[in-house]
Parts: sequence; structure tokens; C-alpha cells
Amino acid sequence: MEQLLQHLLNGLLLGATYSLLGVGLTLVFGLMNVVNFAHGEFYTLGAYAVFAALVGASIDFFVAIPLAVMVGAAAGAICERCLLRPLRGASIDTIMLVMIGLWIAMQNAELLGWGGVAKSVPTPFPSRPVVFGPVSVSLLRIFVFLVSAALILGAHLLLARTKLGRAMRATFQDRETAALMGVQVERIHTVTFALGAGLAAAAGALLGPVFLVYPSMGDLASLKAFSVVILGGLGNFVGAALGGLVLGVAEELGAGYVSSGYRDAVGFIIIVAVLLLRPSGLFARAERVG
Amino acid sequence: MTAILEVKDLSVRFGGVAALSDVSFCVTAGPVTSVIGPNGAGKTTAFDVITGFRRPTSGQVIHDGRAITGWRPHRIAERGLVRTFQKTSVFPGLTVTENVRTGLHLRGRVGLGTALFRRPRVNEEERGLAGEAERLMDFVGLAARRDERASALSYGEQRLLELAVALAARPRLLLLDEPASGMTASEKLTVAALIGKIRDAGITVFLVEHDMRLVMGISDRVLVLNYGRLIADGSAAEVRRNPDVIRAYLGAHGDVDA
Amino acid sequence: MKRLAVVVVLAVAASAPAWVWNPYHLHTLIMAGIFAVLALSLNLLLGYTGQLSLGHAAFFGIGAYATALLTVKLEWSPWIGLGAATLVPAVTGWVIGRLALKLRGAYFVLLTISFAGVISLVSVNWMDLTNGPLGLPGVPPVEIALPGLPRLSLRTKSAYYYLVFAAVVGCYLVCLALIRSRVGRALIALRENEALAESVGIDGTHYLVLAAMMSAGMAGLGGGLYAHYTRFVSPEVFLFSYTVTMVIMVVAGGKGTLAGPVVGAVIFTVLPEALRALTSWQWQMLLYGILLIVVLFFMPKGIVPTLLEGRRRA
Repeated sequence: MEQLLQHLLNGLLLGATYSLLGVGLTLVFGLMNVVNFAHGEFYTLGAYAVFAALVGASIDFFVAIPLAVMVGAAAGAICERCLLRPLRGASIDTIMLVMIGLWIAMQNAELLGWGGVAKSVPTPFPSRPVVFGPVSVSLLRIFVFLVSAALILGAHLLLARTKLGRAMRATFQDRETAALMGVQVERIHTVTFALGAGLAAAAGALLGPVFLVYPSMGDLASLKAFSVVILGGLGNFVGAALGGLVLGVAEELGAGYVSSGYRDAVGFIIIVAVLLLRPSGLFARAERVG
Repeated sequence: MTAILEVKDLSVRFGGVAALSDVSFCVTAGPVTSVIGPNGAGKTTAFDVITGFRRPTSGQVIHDGRAITGWRPHRIAERGLVRTFQKTSVFPGLTVTENVRTGLHLRGRVGLGTALFRRPRVNEEERGLAGEAERLMDFVGLAARRDERASALSYGEQRLLELAVALAARPRLLLLDEPASGMTASEKLTVAALIGKIRDAGITVFLVEHDMRLVMGISDRVLVLNYGRLIADGSAAEVRRNPDVIRAYLGAHGDVDA
Repeated sequence: MKRLAVVVVLAVAASAPAWVWNPYHLHTLIMAGIFAVLALSLNLLLGYTGQLSLGHAAFFGIGAYATALLTVKLEWSPWIGLGAATLVPAVTGWVIGRLALKLRGAYFVLLTISFAGVISLVSVNWMDLTNGPLGLPGVPPVEIALPGLPRLSLRTKSAYYYLVFAAVVGCYLVCLALIRSRVGRALIALRENEALAESVGIDGTHYLVLAAMMSAGMAGLGGGLYAHYTRFVSPEVFLFSYTVTMVIMVVAGGKGTLAGPVVGAVIFTVLPEALRALTSWQWQMLLYGILLIVVLFFMPKGIVPTLLEGRRRA
């Protein structure tokens, strides 16, 4: 029983970062209809940014994280401006392939820049876990969970309550009408993509210290993000948030009770199962973003 | 006169909207039947359901005595029920000839094994299909444009190509979704003449159209849909005088003779 | 004119072992041939039905493992191995096609990636079957043993080159035969306008399954050829970089054409070898990514179609 509780707790804590990844991707894939296979690369970028800030520039941990998020968002904005804007109107397949090219380029640039050896990110938290009755958890993971939850909540409020959020929803529902009403449609595209990239970078900045940082870490992150998006339903913000938790728990249970070698297979299996059985996602009736 | 198509209590609901509500009608083999009605009346939805592109919430579609409700489009096409689409639908990257030859799919027999191991049979079939394609392109008047890419054709030509592709599938019942929309007056006359020739060739035509003159000119029978319901069913003259129909159109916009 | 060019190219290619003295260059050509088979296989799906599979390395790998397992563990003839290398992935392709049903576009891509991911994990973790990360060494060379003639072992590069060359020509002809028939038209119709295709009686699912099956089988054949050439199979055959390379070859070469993937395969096997002296493998992959983007921006149809169109206009 205690084992189960521990697994559930671990799953939820980790799942919050998956939710973060998923929410960022559902914005881009669901709203902008861009199949962003490079999503994981912004995740990796965030992780390396934190590493560079801490180890290279000796910046304080709690400053490095938001810095990494901004780096990710900026990179996203640049990519949108340079790659997606010129291709506006191109077929979804072409854009998908361009994103694949970006994926390959970014990952190998990181490989060249940082080398293939995994890096460890120092944190100000004690490594000894805190014990709460039957379960134990490290302070770092609690921090990661809280920040993830805060960012998800923040993004939701941004979309639902602010003028910018309204402009975003309007643009992707009906571009022409939004433009006629004075919305700067091109800028909204850039901002949306940057938001998605920033959230991915945040997930990377938070998980980098938990695990290790290496160039191909984004591959699994991308897949898991897609898994979460499919689970929650394309464009479904709440669905993605919940889906991330489901994935986290499923992985932990799978690793704990079946086999740890196949841990990452859980994400794949979810994708296959949901696509084949209920393509609109498990939470399809929940609130839609667009 | 036999009913080649029968629709019983067809309803389509999605979201909170009832696109079709308990619609029932018959299409008899031979005469040209048209469906008219204001925008959003459910005409294309009806077509989608009949041809398998959408599942109805309830109701039945019966073709030649066989219930085909919920069948996939290609199986319905195999039975000789072919449709065109409201938005111009061609194979854009292919030439006119290739478009029509693709439409001739059901007239061929060659499968994977034959394609790989029995080339003479393939060549024989290709020759036959090439002849058929020529005939069809002549029929719609596109023979001169046979090597042009479909995407390079003018709008009116693309709609004629659509017609040729649909005819290639050898329909006995042809459903045309707004065949004259966006066409110039002379193009519309061409279409009307073609529909007449198609009817004379023994193919039953069932069409959706907005252009009243065209509809009243070529239809033997007219159905009127409004807000997903059938409000009139009779000859062109009868329908034109029907007060419900006039109200439906004047209530929306314009006048029945427009 | 075109026919003459084809004959010349074939003659040059067929005689390569005679005038390519450097065995390393011959090795490069053999790898180019294997990749040409892989590129043609991916092209069947991407170029003709329009669906992208990012899990094609999985079929390549399954083919390699199929023949390796049969020839190493059961000591069967490599020819049966090659047959299995084609058949087993074909069946897998059939299963995927049947499962995918109405999935198109990005969802189909995700399905293929997930499938490849699971297979890759299986190959690493199922030690009893695959020997895990250690791999299967000692894959025997292909032998030609006809009654009355001496046993001919395709151990030398020259001999193997002819086997691969025959495979490339064979696959090319299969694709050609397919395209120039009602079956090929149905596949292309799926890519161009699936709804219209269905409305004239083309069963989208049936043809997608067919394409998936043939595509997977062909990729598996490539895997089998690879296994009997390198004589060693490990989970590395499932590396995503193989899939990436295939995609680049098809997209940059020209998807939807038959010459495109072959040209793409040759360019992107020869080019890295030429660059190898100058740069490292990581630079090469980085350039691949950038190149993919550049091609999609400036030559979206691919090299071969763009060149052909340029000549037609000139």
C-alpha cells in the first residue's frame, strides 16, 4: 500500500511537468495547427539554459529558471518569425517536415555545442528526501511540481482572462474577422508559438536538475508531450493538464509494477491506444481553448 | 416508376443543432429531381448522409431496395450512387486525363498481383480505360485541355472536370451538389445542357442548387428544405406557387424567381 | 533521348565494380544501394499516398533481425532469411495499416513513431530473443548454390554490389509496375483528394494498407541486405537517424517520383562520406536538418522534379 502511495505521488509530481509540456504543445498543435516535432528541443534548450546559467555564469538557481523560460520563448519567437511566417498557408505536411528539420538541427547543434556527455545540474535543495508519513519526496520535486502548477494556472488565466488571451482565441478561431477587428494577427502567431516554446523550456528547466541534461532528452519529451495532447484532446487545455497527470501516474505504475526498462513505452502505448480507440481524447467534453 | 432512392425519417444532430429533422422523400428513377432551400437548410448534410460521408443520428437511407445507411462512401459508389462536392473537388496535381482515369477506378479490375506479374493484362486494361476517358472528356468538352494540370484549369473548367470524374464512376444515380455555383451565365447553360444529356443517357440526376432559373428549367421534380425540414415536394410549377416556400425564401432573402 | 540516358546510367552502375578501384568507395555505393531500397520504400507511402511514416527504421530493423535470427539461431539459408526479412515487416505493415484505419496526417505519423519506439525498446530489453544491446554477430554471407555449379559466396564487395544492384533495380521496377496501373492511381488519388477518391469507389483503407504493407516489406528487404552485408545486427538499426536519413533522401530527392528517392539516396550516402574527412558525424546531421528546411523552402518538390521542370522550361 505504501509502495502504491509512493508511486502515485511520484507520478503526480512528475505528471505536472508532463502537463506543462502538453499544455504548451496543445496551444501550438491545437490552436495553430502546427505539428511541432521540435517541441522537445525547446525543452532541451530550457535545460541547457539553466545549466549554462548555473555552471557557466553562476547565476542564482531561482533566477536561472525564469531566465531559461525566457530563452525558450525568445527562441520560439525567432523560429516562428523565420520559419513559420514565410510558410503561412503551406500544407500542414510541409510545415511538419520543416519542424522535423528544426528538430534535427537543434538537437545536433546542442550535441556539437555541449558534447554528448550528460550534465548534472546543481540545485540549492538538499538531496535528502523529506518524509511525510508513508511516503517520501525530495524538496526539489515539490518545487518542480509547484512551479509547474503555477505556470499552468498562469497560462490558463492568460488565455481565459486577458485581452491577449482573447486575441489569441479570436485569431485561431477566425483569422480574417480577428484581423478586421484590429487584432495584429501575425504578432499573435509569434506570441502563441513563443508561449508554447516557453512552457516547454520551463519543463526542461525544471526537469533538467531532477534528471540529467543531454542532447537527445528532447526526443522522449516530444513524444510524451504528444501523448498528453492526444490523451487530452487536441487544443484542449484542461485535457492536456489532466492528461499529463495521467501519463505521469501510468508511467510510475508501469515502471514500478511491470518493468522499469519499458517505462518510456507507456507514453507510446498511450498514443497508440488512444488513437485507435478514442481519437478525440479521453477528456473530449472538457473545455476547449479555441 | 421505381424509387431508386428513399430517405426515411432522416435526422442529423450535432452540437445542439438539428441539421436535418425527420426528413423523408423518394427519388424516382429517370426524372431530374432538385433540392432547393435557403442556406443552412441542410441540403449538403442530406447529401453527405446519403453518400456515406456522415452518419445520421437516426433514420434510413435506402438505395434500390437495400438499406445503405452508414455504409462507407466507396461501397455506396460501387452500387452506382456517385456524388460531386459543393466545394470544387478535383485531383489538383494530376492532369485532366489522369483525373478522369482515376474516376474510372470501378471500371478496372487490376489488383496488386496483376499489376506486378501480368503486365499484358494491365496494358489491355489501360488501353480500354484511355478510350473511356477520351469519351468522357469529349462529353463535358474538356478534350482540348486533357494534358493540363487540374489546378491550372479555370473554375468553370474544374467543375466540368468534376462532372467527368463523377460520370467515370458509371453512376446510375448522380448526386450533384451545387453544380452551377460560381459559374457565368454561359457556363450555366452548358451545365444545364449536360444535365439534360445525362438524364437522356438513363442516369437519374438528383441535385442541390441555388440558381432558381436553372432548377426550374431542368427539374422534373423539386424538393424544398428549410431549417432541416422538408416543406414542399412537387413539380417545379407547384413548388413555385407554394406559400410556405415563398415565405421561406422571402423570410430569408430574395424572391423565388431570382 | 530519355531511354538512352537510362541505359547509360544502368550500364555505368552495373559495371561499377570493374572501374571503382577503391574498396571503400565500393562500400559507399553498396550502402547507397541499400538506402535506395529504403528510400523507394518510404516513397511508396510518403510520395504516393501522402502519409508520412517516421517509424520506417522499425521495418528496416525488423527485417534485419528477422534474417539474423533465422540464419544465426536456426541456421537457415540466407535466401530464406531475406524472404523473411521482406515478409515479416510486410505483415507488420499490414497490421499497422489495419490499425490506423482513419488516422491520417500527424496522427498517422505519431502512430508510426510510437510503434517504432516500442519495437526499439523490445529489441533492447528482450535479451533472450535479440541478445539485447550486444546484438547478433556472425550473420552468414549470402551464398548462391545452384545444382551442378560451385558454391558462390557473396563475401566480396564486388559480388555483394551486384546483389544490392539487382535489389534496387527490382524494387524500382516493382514501384514502376505499381504506379503504372489502376493500383498506383488509387494510391495517388488518396494523396490528392481522399474524399473525392472515396466518392468514385476507391477504398482508402484498403489501399493505404496495401501501401503500408509493400512499403514495410521493401524496407525490410533493405534491412536484410544490410544484415548480410555488415554481418552484425544490434538495436542500433532502430536508430532514429536512419529514419531521418530516409526522409531527407525522399523529400530532397523528390517525393512522388521514382528517380527522386534513388538520386537522393546516392547523394546522401556519397555526400557524408565525402564530408567525413572534413567534418564529424554531428555536423553532418546538423547539416541534414538545415538542408531539409532549405529544400522545403526553395525546392519543395525536391531536386529531381525541380531540375526536370527547369529543363522543360528552358
